Amino acid sequence: MSDLIIRTEGLTKDYVLGAETVHALRDVDLQIEQGEFVAMMGPSGSGKSTFMNLIGCLDTPTAGEYWLNGAPVSELSDDQLARIRNREIGFVFQTFNLLPRATALHNVELPLIYAGVGAKERRKRAEAKLDLVGLMDRMGHRPPELSGGERQRVAVARALVNNPALLLADEPTGNLDSVTGAEIMRALVDLNADGQTIVLVTHEHDIAEYAQRQVHLRDGFIEKDFMKEHAGVDA
Amino acid sequence: MLALEIFMVALGAIRANLMRSALTTLGIVIGVSAVIAMVALGEGAQRQVQEQIERMGTNVLTIRGGQRFFGGVSTGDSQDLTVKDAEALRDKPGGVLTISPEVSSRVQLAYLRWNSSNDVKGVWPEYFGIYNHTLEYGRFFTQGEVKGRRRVVVLGYGIPEELGTPAEILVGNTIQISGQSFEVIGILAEKGETSFYFRPDAWAFIPTSTAQFRVFGGRGQRLSSIYAQVPSAEFMDQAFANIDQVLRREHRIRPGEDVDFSIRNSSDLVATFNETTQTFTLLLAGIAGISLLVGGIGIMNIMLVSVTERTREIGVRKALGATRRAIMLQFLIEALVLCAFGGLLGVIAGFAGARMMTEVANWQTVVAPSAVIMALGFSVGIGLFFGIWPARRAARMDPIEALRYE
Repeated sequence: MSDLIIRTEGLTKDYVLGAETVHALRDVDLQIEQGEFVAMMGPSGSGKSTFMNLIGCLDTPTAGEYWLNGAPVSELSDDQLARIRNREIGFVFQTFNLLPRATALHNVELPLIYAGVGAKERRKRAEAKLDLVGLMDRMGHRPPELSGGERQRVAVARALVNNPALLLADEPTGNLDSVTGAEIMRALVDLNADGQTIVLVTHEHDIAEYAQRQVHLRDGFIEKDFMKEHAGVDA
Repeated sequence: MLALEIFMVALGAIRANLMRSALTTLGIVIGVSAVIAMVALGEGAQRQVQEQIERMGTNVLTIRGGQRFFGGVSTGDSQDLTVKDAEALRDKPGGVLTISPEVSSRVQLAYLRWNSSNDVKGVWPEYFGIYNHTLEYGRFFTQGEVKGRRRVVVLGYGIPEELGTPAEILVGNTIQISGQSFEVIGILAEKGETSFYFRPDAWAFIPTSTAQFRVFGGRGQRLSSIYAQVPSAEFMDQAFANIDQVLRREHRIRPGEDVDFSIRNSSDLVATFNETTQTFTLLLAGIAGISLLVGGIGIMNIMLVSVTERTREIGVRKALGATRRAIMLQFLIEALVLCAFGGLLGVIAGFAGARMMTEVANWQTVVAPSAVIMALGFSVGIGLFFGIWPARRAARMDPIEALRYE
């Protein structure tokens, strides 16, 4: 089989709220292979946000192990996690989270800055990714001058610019109309077809349909984990 | 590489909130300029005092004849100081004092068709040493010329101009003092004006004996003062005792009786003034320093606002791989740039302020490089000190919460 991008064993996260302990994630074992397109599903409170934060290296588990791209990351320090996020993970958020004062190009360059890439190389790589999402002609614009779909495509270009092992999309269509949302999803499907591993977090069934595999969470457990019979788009 | 990028980001943030940044910086500008101007003022006063000390001679005691007062009205000197007193002081065995008597009167000086009215001082050659006089031209007179009551004169720096003749022409020529011919043997170097009553540049110096017996006539017998220079400050007490002892003997005053002369230590007065100036400078600089501190608090306040405002941005940057250090640097540099820029403007404003005080109020000011460096360093230090807490707050933010922040 191909390499494992994500492997969790007994991943557990508890939050202490006053006297009460909330078990957001209980003993989750999950493996995601290189090249997969997985949709994480579940109602609010199911633990899918917690799970996303953990596999996105934004948070550390209370218990359990997590290997990202073969490396154990469950016990790394803040700054080590920052470096992992920078190199291995590309984030696409529901609210885009672009820097409003920076141009599209500069937004895409941002992860490269923190990776310590030189200015020339940075520009070249950022332009290539903007070209990939079809925004070559809009790279001098600032986010407020772009449409929602364009902003999300900038975000996708930014997520991809460091060639991450994992693209993590958290409700990427949540702030978009259905037509634009579909465009973004097709872009993700295309990326996946080129071999990009993608984890999509959503609560919308028709969005989850774009993925090959769906993992349903409920009350911190994996409720269902299944492959779609026919992939969304034939590669 | 990264540092440069972070610097650019910090600059961008300042530019984005230009008005706010400018107003915040104003606190630092005012603080730094106040410190510089105040220190310059103090430094200037200090310098003035120092110059005064140098001109008035260091460790010089002035002895004057005592005065008898009756109902608040001076009834004349009860006992005059005489050249004999001065000689007694000079010749005291084991004495360390350099002594010169002084007789003084305002008389007419004339050269060809020019004339002017000047204070003429009858002194000993030692006088020039006591007051640190140096020569522009010629020479001082000698003890021999004092003994011989010679008609020689050393002119203050300003007199040749008053006599309408260049100094180099006047030297070796003969001028009239009170109608008597005197050979000009030297011209003193410039002293500058110290005060209204101490203007050595406008004085002419002749031997005491000549003054007493040839120029001033009857009124010249009485010395106006005797000057005594002490080798160094630690001899001061001994000098006082010696003078007291010698003059009591000369004037036949018994121990325990009131003396009829006064001894004044000019540098005491100057030192007191110096101390006052220093205290004053410290006080002013302290107040200015407080305004700098207030400016620093302003910086901290605005940085905290900036951090809170940009919580979301911090979250995004962290998600994209910014380390704590990178975030911390970003906000720290922002604070530092604000402070350094304010400090720079403050230095310029401080220079201008000091200049204005000199021009408008005619106060001497000296902008010391050390004060400039100190103020600049201080403002950067304030940037560091007050910037570090907001920057740490930003650096320690939880990326998940920061991303969720509305």
